[in-house]
Amino acid sequence: MTTLRVNNTTHELSHDPRLTLLDALRDVLGLTGTKKGCDQGACGACTVIIEGQRVLSCLTLAAACDGQQIVTIEGLIKGEELHPMQAAFLHCDAFQCGYCTPGQILSAVCAIQEVHAGVPSHVTRDVRQTVDGATLPDEEIRERMSGNLCRCGAYANIVAAVRQVLADEVRS
Amino acid sequence: MKDFTFQRLAAAEDAARAVAGRPGAMFLAGGTTLVDLMKIDVLTPDTVVAVRDLGMSRIDVSDDAIAIGATVTNSQLAWHPVVRDRYPVLSEAILSGATTQIRNMASVAGNILQRTRCPYFRDIHASCNRRQPGSGCDALEGFNRGHAVLGVSEHCIATHPSDMSVALAVLDADVHTVQPDGTTRSIPFGEFHKAPGDTPHVEVALEHGELITHIVISYLPAARRSHYLKVRDRASYEFALASAAVVLDLDGDTIRAARLGLGGIATKPWRATQAEQSLTGRKATDDTFRAAAEIALAGAVARKHNHFKIELTKHTIVRAFATARNANV
Repeated sequence: MTTLRVNNTTHELSHDPRLTLLDALRDVLGLTGTKKGCDQGACGACTVIIEGQRVLSCLTLAAACDGQQIVTIEGLIKGEELHPMQAAFLHCDAFQCGYCTPGQILSAVCAIQEVHAGVPSHVTRDVRQTVDGATLPDEEIRERMSGNLCRCGAYANIVAAVRQVLADEVRS
Repeated sequence: MKDFTFQRLAAAEDAARAVAGRPGAMFLAGGTTLVDLMKIDVLTPDTVVAVRDLGMSRIDVSDDAIAIGATVTNSQLAWHPVVRDRYPVLSEAILSGATTQIRNMASVAGNILQRTRCPYFRDIHASCNRRQPGSGCDALEGFNRGHAVLGVSEHCIATHPSDMSVALAVLDADVHTVQPDGTTRSIPFGEFHKAPGDTPHVEVALEHGELITHIVISYLPAARRSHYLKVRDRASYEFALASAAVVLDLDGDTIRAARLGLGGIATKPWRATQAEQSLTGRKATDDTFRAAAEIALAGAVARKHNHFKIELTKHTIVRAFATARNANV
């Protein structure tokens, strides 16, 4: 028996040990917002947030998530109010077919939290420095979002959406 | 995926015993290697023992060392302020690998135990001595552009894919383990991975059921001037064609001591010790670094498609050392 805590709702699952978190979310719990792209850890479409960290649900066994707090795209909205990143994706036209979008949005939400925490990425000039959201170059956003592929090629507008949320947060 | 029994235990020795008692059992940490390879039937454990909750997720810092728990995530380690300050080569190596999602999942112990990305290893219909001893090696005469030129044998030319391990090699890390009977031991990093030789399927120095508990890096003041340079086909999210991890201890413009690790071109995380020795007492010029690079690659053996890696690696070495030399530390 596995206890999955998804978007603040607790589910008790009795399941085959081979069940991945991705298939548990989609096929058992009916939360189909999380997408199956490559199913081998290469595309990021299945990105979810576990215990505050963005991870790939396709390479995560459901049994290994027992008791952990999981957030999917369905858990971002507050009542009728979109999460600022969802609103920014709409405003910036940051998608075309939309299949990679749930993963992109969850990844972007975490990327911004990581920037606020000041942690470096591969393109940070000096890993000793603390990065600053107000002056973050686009190459930092692209690198931090490189785990989410978009076959429609909406990358330019995805960067713009992340940039907009960063700018709004820095202003407020 | 083949069926298996999932087990979660409370103590490291219990987990070690659970795996030791079954030839087909394997440990599961972050799952980025194991679950991936189980899906394509390259790994078919009958028992999977989860090790995430064994209390091995701490980083303990002291004045003379840093002890990294086996299930510390790659992100935790790369982002740790003391690691970034004392061992920039380690943070840089980790951050150059995979993506944030994968680094958030992957454990430190799992990273050094990750399996090769050789496409013939990953294809159960291909011949691979590493996956199936004695079956042959399709890479030798196949598409071997990404394969190794150092540490190769006539039985296997697969590269070790880890970036982190190349940094741990130059930092002389020690791998600490616990055996099923509760005894512990420490394995020097240079002895942990095995070059393929006649037994490509023997990849590391661990016994079946022996569990990594933590990795220790001694304080190395010179590592403040260190760097990891990775060269690859894409700017991000790609394995190395060649990489260099360097530590440079300078006295003015003279090299007191240097360390050089190589990735993407070797069958195990590579330490170029002769090249290191050649640098001692020399001026830290690009010509000096180029001469060391020649020594580092002297024993390289290329196949049909990967000859370019030899020259590429020499340039990578020179630029990595030059960057470390020019850094403000």
